[in-house]
Amino acid sequence: MDGFVVQFVNGLKTTVLLALVSGALGMALGLLAAAGRLSRWRAVSAAVGFYTTIIRGVPELIIILLIYFGGTVAISAFFGRYVEVNAFLAGVVSLTVVFGAYTAEIFRGAVLSIPAGQIEAARSLGLHPWQTWLLVILPQMLRIALPALANQWISLVKETSLISIVGLTDIMRVAAIGAGSLRAPLTFYLAASALYLALTSLALVIFNLLERRFAVPGR
Amino acid sequence: MRAAKALSYPAFGVGEPAAEPGIRAERIEKRLGGNDVLRGVELIVRPGEILSILGSSGSGKSTLLRCLNLLTIPDRGDIWVHGEKLAIRAASQHGGPAGILDHRQVRRVRASMGMVFQNFNLWPHKTALENVTEGPVLVKGIRRGAAAELGRHYLAKVGLSDKADAYPRHLSGGQQQRVAIARALAMEPQVLLFDEPTSALDPELVGEVLRVMAALAGEGRTMVIVTHELAFAREVSTRAAFMHGGLIEEESPPQEFFSSPVSGRLRGFLASHR
Ligand SMILES: Nc1ncnc2c1ncn2[C@@H]1O[C@H](COP(=O)(O)OP(=O)(O)OP(=O)(O)O)[C@@H](O)[C@H]1O
Ligand SMILES: [Mg+2]
Repeated sequence: MDGFVVQFVNGLKTTVLLALVSGALGMALGLLAAAGRLSRWRAVSAAVGFYTTIIRGVPELIIILLIYFGGTVAISAFFGRYVEVNAFLAGVVSLTVVFGAYTAEIFRGAVLSIPAGQIEAARSLGLHPWQTWLLVILPQMLRIALPALANQWISLVKETSLISIVGLTDIMRVAAIGAGSLRAPLTFYLAASALYLALTSLALVIFNLLERRFAVPGR
Repeated sequence: MRAAKALSYPAFGVGEPAAEPGIRAERIEKRLGGNDVLRGVELIVRPGEILSILGSSGSGKSTLLRCLNLLTIPDRGDIWVHGEKLAIRAASQHGGPAGILDHRQVRRVRASMGMVFQNFNLWPHKTALENVTEGPVLVKGIRRGAAAELGRHYLAKVGLSDKADAYPRHLSGGQQQRVAIARALAMEPQVLLFDEPTSALDPELVGEVLRVMAALAGEGRTMVIVTHELAFAREVSTRAAFMHGGLIEEESPPQEFFSSPVSGRLRGFLASHR
């Protein structure tokens, strides 16, 4: 059992790193996708709509498997020999793609909830569109999106456990290995639950602080 | 028939529109949501003029005003601002939308025309002072310190010196609208456009906004005011225009406009708004 404490610590690090990297990349992708969805160029908007609809409509597990095996096939073909995709990398790519699709919808909704008149007021003063984004849209949008983003981050933390299916040694995989080898499934899965619960609680606390910090003044 | 057509008074700067100050709009047409909202409007606003635009709901007043600074792009027609023709692409016969050809020009022209909206449109996450100073800082490149001074000057002008640090949510509607006027003034524009600035206000708050506007009118500023406040329009304007069905149906100096209107529709409109 003692050896597993070290393994759990390593698994925890992997899970946290995976969540942070794919969460950060996913939010960046989500912002871009939201801007694309709201774009005046219909082709861009339609392409982004297609992306978010497909990704949200397919189980995450299948997306992970498709990216892992698809990636392996593609990269092997490219190098002309069998190359196995790194599980962490496959995890980052698939979770980023998924997180981007969900946050894109959140950001889009947040942008749309900003009254058009505020944007027109900025334009009427002669502001450049990107100045309008920075002054009017972005600060309010992030505030509006925070509660929904908190939910999404909690889902993300839990979804990292799916990456263990392609061999990533995260919390989930350590628990599964321990459960099998020591014949104590309850102990190991309870330990894993406690770790995930600690992470999601931490995420909640952080988002509560952010919401307080960025509360709309005067409300 | 007196003044029934927009160009019935002598045009200024004949043959040399490039030199003329003020605003000139010719044959402005706009279709929105399947309605012909503007159907070839002609409008001239000369420097120092205070033009009131009246008309019933849906007659196209807001759309016309928004065409002047291209918040709405006309489908057809030409607009000159201070002698400069705005570069716009007309809508195509096949439904292709009208477009702005020179965005830099449009931003410059917008900066020279302050606009005040019915719903104030202040930015709720910025204080009153910040609402006023962001334009000068971002558009004109004025340093923050100088802009704050400028902002306080214009907040004082609308009687809100003590509210500089208040957020819009903590201000009454009348105060918010006065901040919005200060925001427009801080750009030191050559023309002020007002779209029903008091229509969203409780009756007891209308007076404070109208008083600020009357003071601005007294400074000889160029103003275009869409309003339902007939008494105010009669008192401050140098010219009044009546819109109906996407056209200016009648325009004249306020005395004639209100005392001896020509068109039956205007007479009916005035009678129903007494
Ligand atoms: N974005 C739009 N899409 C579709 N129809 C529109 C749009 N904007 C305005 N309209 C229509 O155009 C007509 C004129 O609108 P406009 O706002 O210019 O009228 P108005 O004279 O300002 O009226 P009000 O006194 O109610 O403000 C109305 O029938 C309105 O429904
Ligand atoms: Mg209107």
